[in-house]
Amino acid sequence: MKNRVIKVDTLARVEGEGGIFIKIADGKITDTKVRIYEPPRFFEAFLRGRSYTEAPDITARICGICPVAYQMSSVHAMEDAFGAAVDGQLRNLRLLLYCGEWIESHVLHVFLLHAPDFLGYEDALLLAKDKPEVVKDALRMKKIGNDIVAVLGGREIHPINVKVGGFYRVPAKRELETLVEDLKWGKEKAIAAAQLAATFEFPALEVDYEFVSLSHPSEYPMLGNRVVTSSGMDIAVREYEFHFEERHIGHSNALHSVLKGHGAYHVGPLARFNLNFDKLAPVARQVATDLRIVPPVHNPFKSIVVRCIETVHAYELALRIIAEYEPPEEPAVSMTPFHGIGFGASEAPRGLLYHRYRLDDVGHIMDAKIVPPTAQNLPTMEADLRKFVTANIDMDREQLTWKVEQAVRNYDPCISCATHFVRIAWE
Amino acid sequence: MGVESPILLIGVGNEFRTDDGLGILAAREIRRRNYPGVRVIEACGEGTALLESWKGSDIVLIVDALCSGTTRGAVHRIDLITREIPRDFYRSSSHSVGVPEAVAMARQLQLLPRVLVLYGIEACQFENGAGLTDEVLKSIPQLLGLIETDIARLSPHSLSSREGLHDAAGGI
Repeated sequence: MKNRVIKVDTLARVEGEGGIFIKIADGKITDTKVRIYEPPRFFEAFLRGRSYTEAPDITARICGICPVAYQMSSVHAMEDAFGAAVDGQLRNLRLLLYCGEWIESHVLHVFLLHAPDFLGYEDALLLAKDKPEVVKDALRMKKIGNDIVAVLGGREIHPINVKVGGFYRVPAKRELETLVEDLKWGKEKAIAAAQLAATFEFPALEVDYEFVSLSHPSEYPMLGNRVVTSSGMDIAVREYEFHFEERHIGHSNALHSVLKGHGAYHVGPLARFNLNFDKLAPVARQVATDLRIVPPVHNPFKSIVVRCIETVHAYELALRIIAEYEPPEEPAVSMTPFHGIGFGASEAPRGLLYHRYRLDDVGHIMDAKIVPPTAQNLPTMEADLRKFVTANIDMDREQLTWKVEQAVRNYDPCISCATHFVRIAWE
Repeated sequence: MGVESPILLIGVGNEFRTDDGLGILAAREIRRRNYPGVRVIEACGEGTALLESWKGSDIVLIVDALCSGTTRGAVHRIDLITREIPRDFYRSSSHSVGVPEAVAMARQLQLLPRVLVLYGIEACQFENGAGLTDEVLKSIPQLLGLIETDIARLSPHSLSSREGLHDAAGGI
């Protein structure tokens, strides 16, 4: 046990590729790497020269799971550059679209990727064999999220109805009302999911993270103009790069983000939850309180419960938005492009997603910067692995390998597609 | 949709990852040929979305890039009602819930359509970029031929559809 290497083979294809490498010598960890080959950097390059109007649809292609997040961060950055504000019902429709994405992404991760870890199943197929009704319900819960995105976005994957300033077309109230009964059903199922997840056995790991999320005066953040941290920093999104920087790391094609003067930090559900608990929908906050999952939550394995609680919030928020919906007179706010720099951020299911664009006089993109949540969490993932393996260095090889993968899945990284059925090689 | 389009053909893949786009491109060709009774959709391959997309369909044909390590350009056809997808056919997929998982889950949850066939071409290049490799491109006519034959057998407009698909030649 004193000398060993935990190595996860690299996988190739779309939506993120990664692996894990941990080396132990004389009973101590000497190397920990989460290796990533992630493509968003290419997008920054080929956004150059394109019109500001194209950014939402081009950046949506970065991820098949969270295209809405890329659309939301990009449109906010453009609107910031042109001094335009999108509020009222148009902003609510954006939140509703985001609810759809949170629901589909969280449900997929909770039930099909993460729950099998806690329930002792190798994968969701075995879970489906033992508990078919649970998986059938999960598929329906996720479909409700897809339906929101399809109704508002024009289609389920890579929605095409989002534009800078609003939407190409806004729905009639009756179109949204068709979602209501399903949303009510989904909310109850999400509450039950949170209750189930809270009964799981969580591996012992408490980390004093520096949490980072967006903040809004009255909303649990999907959209927001300020970035806050658990140590009390509170900055405008446009100040993000003064405080956070990306570093190139040899073993990763994704840059690693750090908070200057601090180092690794944590974005995503756990960060949002710990920093914005009081702004959760009352029903979601009550569920959390009843389950005694309240801030500060420092065990990353408990993120599965927090995702369930955020799913309750998303269903509830969607219902409220639909109940209060009146179609706006215009589907979008018109604006005139001019030379400038725009900053935008939103809360993707996996955490804060930052965009910055420099634009010329007619709104062509001169350069772009995109910082996805997974890049921000990578140093924290590696730190978690070091801490967890150090504390469990004598754990049985098979168990430790499983737990190491599970620890990465806590972050629902973009590479979750790869990590869940990755093959492990031991040297 | 069920009566007018009893056959659902799903092209799976990412046209911006070279050979991974073959399912999408083949689906577009099938759509262009406008076979009566055939509805064509495109999908990225995320399994739960696939499960939803064939809900209510009686006959489902899936076209996708495969990567099993055999000869590049080899054409495959598998009747998924009678056979499992060989485990190594998707060894490079990064979808945790992709085509094989969707089919296995549908089998488990009794959500399989009456007819489900997977067509594919062995394709091991998934680099960024548009366009298929020459080896894959050469096999496209054979792939389309297999699909066309099955559509003819399965279409309610065709008498041979009564024979059912499971006897169709070409399965592996």
